[in-house]
Amino acid sequence: MTMVYYAIQQTVNALSIGSLYALMAVGLAMVFSILRLINFAHGDLMMIAAYLAAFALFANVPLGLTVIFIIAGTVIVGLLMERIAYRPIRGAPDVATLLTSLAVAQILQNGMLLTTRFLGQPIQIAFPTPAVLNGVVAFGPITVPRLNVVSLAVGFIALVSLSFFVTRTVPGLSMRAAAEDLTAAQLMGININRIIALAFAIGSGLAAIAGLLFAVQAGQINPYMGFTPVLKAFIAAVIGGFGSIAGAVVGGFVLGALEVLLTALPGIGDILPPGMVSPSTQALIQQWLPSSLTGYRDAFVFVALILMLLFRPNGILGRPDREEMR
Amino acid sequence: MLKLSNLHVYYGSIRALNGVSFQVNEGELVALIGSNGAGKSTTLKTISGLLRPRQGAILYEDADITRTAPDRIVALGISHCPEGRRIFGGLTVRENLRLGAVQRRRRTDMAADMEWVLSLFPILKERLSQSGGTLSGGEQQMLAIGRALMSRPKLLLLDEPSLGLAPLIVEHIFQIIRQLKQQGKTILLVEQNIHQALDAADRVYVIETGQITLTGTPEELKHNPQVEQSYLGK
Repeated sequence: MTMVYYAIQQTVNALSIGSLYALMAVGLAMVFSILRLINFAHGDLMMIAAYLAAFALFANVPLGLTVIFIIAGTVIVGLLMERIAYRPIRGAPDVATLLTSLAVAQILQNGMLLTTRFLGQPIQIAFPTPAVLNGVVAFGPITVPRLNVVSLAVGFIALVSLSFFVTRTVPGLSMRAAAEDLTAAQLMGININRIIALAFAIGSGLAAIAGLLFAVQAGQINPYMGFTPVLKAFIAAVIGGFGSIAGAVVGGFVLGALEVLLTALPGIGDILPPGMVSPSTQALIQQWLPSSLTGYRDAFVFVALILMLLFRPNGILGRPDREEMR
Repeated sequence: MLKLSNLHVYYGSIRALNGVSFQVNEGELVALIGSNGAGKSTTLKTISGLLRPRQGAILYEDADITRTAPDRIVALGISHCPEGRRIFGGLTVRENLRLGAVQRRRRTDMAADMEWVLSLFPILKERLSQSGGTLSGGEQQMLAIGRALMSRPKLLLLDEPSLGLAPLIVEHIFQIIRQLKQQGKTILLVEQNIHQALDAADRVYVIETGQITLTGTPEELKHNPQVEQSYLGK
C-alpha cells in the first residue's frame, strides 16, 4: 500500500509543479501567438511579483490583500513593458524583438538589484511565507505539502477561467483571431493595441500568481530567480506546441510529470517495500536507477526538449507551420 | 461618399501608388480593375487604414480618414473583405461572423444581422459550428463576405472575391454582390475577372502601375480598344 500512497503523493506533486509551469507557459504562448515575440522578461515578472509579495508580507499586509496587490503591480509592470519596449519595435525582425526581451529582462533584474541595495537588503532574502501556505495536509494516510494542494487548486481555477475567456468571450475570440491573422483581425475592427495589451496583462497576472507560489516553494528570493522558470516555461510551451494556449497548458503538465518522474524514479530501488519484487530485480533497479541520477534531472529535461524539437517540432498539440502547408 | 485624392503609397522605398485619385458615390458599385501589381489591393489597404499614404488624402462622408486607425474606420462604416479571404480557420463559422460585428454594441442588432447574412448565404447556416478551415474555397469566400457585412457597413470594399473559385461559384458570388447593391450598399470592387466586373459595375476605373489610366461606364470601356486588347483578350 505504501507504494500506492507514494505514487499518489508524487502525482499531486507533478500536478502542482505542472500547474506552475502551465501558468507561466500560457503567458509566454499568448504573447508569442500574436506577436511572434519570445518574451524572456516574462520570468522577471514573476520575480517582481515575488518581491512585491515579500515587501507586502513584511509590512504585515494580509495574504488576500497581498495577492491583489501583487497581481495589480505585476500587471502594471507588464503593461509598461509592452508599451515602452515592445510596441515601438512591433513588426521588427524576430532577432530584434528577441534581443529586446533579453534587454528588458536585464533591466528588470538590475532594477530590482538596485532597489534591494537601496533598501539595504542582501541579494538573497528569505521569503516570509504566510502560515496558511506552510505545513502539510493529510488525506487519510496520504500527506501532501499544503502548498502543492494550493498550487494545484489555484492553477486549475486560473486555467479554467482562461479557457472560458478564450472560447466564450469576445475579447478572448479577438485574441485568438489576432493570433491567427493580425491583419484580418484589424479589418474586423478589432483594436489590436488593446488586445495585445490585454494579452500582456493576463500573462502578467498569471505570472504574479506563479511568482508567489514559486517564492513560497523556494523559500528565498533573489533578482535572478525568474531565469530558470522562464526557461522551463519555454520548454513547456515548446513541448505542447509553441504559440498554442492549450499546448502551453498540456506542455506545463507534461514537463511537471517528467520532472517529478525523474526525481522520484532514481533511488526507487532503495525504498521498495520488502517482498514487492525479488531481491535480484531490486538489485537491478538499484543499479540502473541509482539515487545519484536525480542530479541529472535538468539534463534529462533538456534532452527531452531536443528530442521533441527533432521529432515533433510543432509540439504535442501544434499544427504544421503555414510555410509547411504551402 | 468616398474620395481619394493624389494618393502616394510606398512599401519601404518601392512605390506602389503614384497619385491615385477617384471617387465612389453613394449607392454605386464601382470596379477597380488592372493587372497584377498595378496597385489595386494597395488602394483598398490604404482606404481601410492598413497602409499610410506618404502623400494625398482620403475623404469619407466629408471627413478626413487618411490617418484614422483601422478599427475606427470599421466603426465609421467601411468594411474591407481582403484578398485571399483571410478567414480565421481555427474559429468556427459562428465565431468568425461574431468577430465581424466586434464593433457593434447591441446584441439584438447583431442577431438580426446574423439572420440577414445567413439568408444571403444559407449554406453557412449548416456550417455554423464547423471551424472555418474545414470549409470549401467558395464557402470560405461567402464567410469572408458575410463576416465583412456583419459590421453593417455603408461602404463595402471587396478584394478579388472570385479568386481561385469555380465559374459556377463565381456566378453565385456576383449574384450576391448585385443583390447587395440593390439593397443600397455602396461597393468598391477590385477584380481580375474583367467580364464579371464590367457586367456588375456602374462605373469602372482602370489602374496601371500605381496610376488611374482610364475611367468610364462599363459600356464605354468594353469598346475602348486599349481595354479590349489588354484585358478582354480580343
